[in-house]
Amino acid sequence: MNAPLLEIEDLHASAGGEEILHGIDLVVRAGEVHAVMGPNGSGKSTLAGVLAGKPSIEVTRGKVSYFGRNLLDIAPEERAREGIFLAFQYPVEIPGVSNMYFLKTALNAGRRHRGQEELDAIDFLALVREKMKLMQIDEKMMNRSINEGFSGGEKKRNEVLQMAVLEPRLAILDETDSGLDIDALRIVSNGVNALRSPDRSMIVITHYQRLLDYIVPDFVHVLASGRIIKSGGKELALELEEKGYAWIDGGAGR
Amino acid sequence: MAGSAQTLENLANREYEWGFVTDIEADQAPPGLNEDIIRLISHKKSEPGWLLEWRLRAYQRWLEMPEPEWSMVQHPPIDYQSIVYYSAPKQRKQTESLDEVDPELLRTYEKLGIPLLEQKRLAGVAVDAVFDSVSVATTFKHELEKHGIVFCSFSEAVQKHPDLVQRYLGSVVPYSDNKHACLNSAVFTDGSFVYVPKGVRCPMELSTYFRINAENTGQFERTLIVAEERSYVSYLEGCTAPKRDENQLHAAVVELVALDNAEIKYSTVQNWYPGDSEGRGGIYNFVTKRGKCLGKRSKISWTQVETGSAITWKYPSCILQGDDSIGEFYSVALTANRQQADTGTKMIHLGKRTRSTIISKGISAGHGVNTYRGLVKIGPRADGARNYSQCDSLLLGDKCAAHTFPYLEVKNPTATVEHEATTSKIGDDQLFFCQQRGISPEDAVSMIVNGFCKQVLRELPMEFAVEAQKLLGLSLEGSVG
Repeated sequence: MNAPLLEIEDLHASAGGEEILHGIDLVVRAGEVHAVMGPNGSGKSTLAGVLAGKPSIEVTRGKVSYFGRNLLDIAPEERAREGIFLAFQYPVEIPGVSNMYFLKTALNAGRRHRGQEELDAIDFLALVREKMKLMQIDEKMMNRSINEGFSGGEKKRNEVLQMAVLEPRLAILDETDSGLDIDALRIVSNGVNALRSPDRSMIVITHYQRLLDYIVPDFVHVLASGRIIKSGGKELALELEEKGYAWIDGGAGR
Repeated sequence: MAGSAQTLENLANREYEWGFVTDIEADQAPPGLNEDIIRLISHKKSEPGWLLEWRLRAYQRWLEMPEPEWSMVQHPPIDYQSIVYYSAPKQRKQTESLDEVDPELLRTYEKLGIPLLEQKRLAGVAVDAVFDSVSVATTFKHELEKHGIVFCSFSEAVQKHPDLVQRYLGSVVPYSDNKHACLNSAVFTDGSFVYVPKGVRCPMELSTYFRINAENTGQFERTLIVAEERSYVSYLEGCTAPKRDENQLHAAVVELVALDNAEIKYSTVQNWYPGDSEGRGGIYNFVTKRGKCLGKRSKISWTQVETGSAITWKYPSCILQGDDSIGEFYSVALTANRQQADTGTKMIHLGKRTRSTIISKGISAGHGVNTYRGLVKIGPRADGARNYSQCDSLLLGDKCAAHTFPYLEVKNPTATVEHEATTSKIGDDQLFFCQQRGISPEDAVSMIVNGFCKQVLRELPMEFAVEAQKLLGLSLEGSVG
């Protein structure tokens, strides 16, 4: 078995003064894809926020280690440069800053951190063009401001494009399927699947089983009321789909 | 919420790099304002009688006029009698060659990034260096003379080109225009003068670098630029001052005149000492700038990046008198800490088919208060006049403020006037998004601010666009983290 890349132990976290996660344990090894499913309000996005270092979430108890380091001590931007990527459920708009410029700045921040040479405009363009093709994003879109005036589907494709360019070690996808029609879902899933590799791990957060038809997970965890109440293989997702969340948490999830 | 909310509040701890003092002996007048001081200034400059008369008339008017109180800026009353109105570094007479300039002054400008010596000069930029009350050096003068262009200190222009000065001085900003303009007209000590003859395209950027050094002095300079028919000139001014706990007054007047088919592009990168995080010290920057598009198809374009000063009060304006003339105003004003800015423009359309564009970007951080105040006036004869105004405000943190006061006076039914305004805030979610992609909060803020200002920054001459971008970044340093 591979060495653990991420280890979460008895994680408690609160937001807005209210405890949302009540003790999460999870181990993710290199190359694994874990799906985290659960009803609304179960704490899925809070878990993603803790891993990425969202300032409004406070960890009150427990440990999270990433490659053996205490993740909770690391600033959000350094986590990113160390290979943690969060595809946001609601990607923000930043007027006046082009996607292209932003992505180049982000990529080079990571490269500098790892002691690699920064990519110049030409090399960067060559790299990003290839990924743009995969995500069906054209150059015009890249020269527009970050997510400004993008449709829901375009925003999500843009998230996966950023992920493809930044090549993280641990990718967390927070409801990347929400608000996507079937074509967009296919494009996004293709993009994600193209990134699967033996040394890249993923946590795929979703409400529906539908996404998991495209991105087939190695493990499925069911989160309800801030706890993982059941874990299993990919077939657990199908079972859930059939029987509903009530089947598993005895009605605790809403 | 500790992280980024605090972040945005911390805008405070920015360091001002240009706050050093040059130790140089100065020839100073005693503090206080009266007719004798005005006579002294005029005498020191060996001015002709008419100019002294003009100064004294301005002084009389100043005595009668109340302080302008219509703006949003707030400050204790200014004690005009405590200000020194003339302070000049002692040096061997008026120098013709830069080799004769006091090395201490040359070092000062070098430290400010404005090398004046031949071998180190900025390529393609001629500089007039104004130190407290006088111009200490002008570069590339002879090179420019070959094209018939006059670029010299105002004092020199009074001596060498008295007719031009007499013809245009006060023709755009009369001495009685407002309280600060009156004061300037009475006590101005130097400044820059530019004359571009018919059909000449000035081959390099002209620039004036203003430095306030001495304590308790005010700086009162005048700039006059005259562009004859079919000529073109691009002019830039920069300014810095030492860190001091007292406020210092800077009341300048700038007049531009463009004749038929002439174009003047005037850019400002204003970086006076802004005061500390508690609002102690800093420059009161009360400036009257106005250009007259006197000729047909003439064009005047103002671009300003205002990051310094405790208080900025200025409205670079265009009088569009010639038919088909064009006025432009591009502005970025940043207020952090306790800074206040009340700035904007006036576009006065008098001629037919005159056009104007206003792009204003206000950034407020810390406890900064940023006000856009603009007037678009379309006269009864300005058939087919057009104006487009866009005023955007960006807020960092929740203790700052932004105000927009657009005034419109349209007296011609064929005119088209458009106004757009937006207010946005750098949100915690935007910062976190950037951080999550590996970008530090400092870099994220400066990226967002630069993106916000792009429309204005690209109007600056290239060398200065880079400087301005850096300056915006520096001014916000410490805003995050």
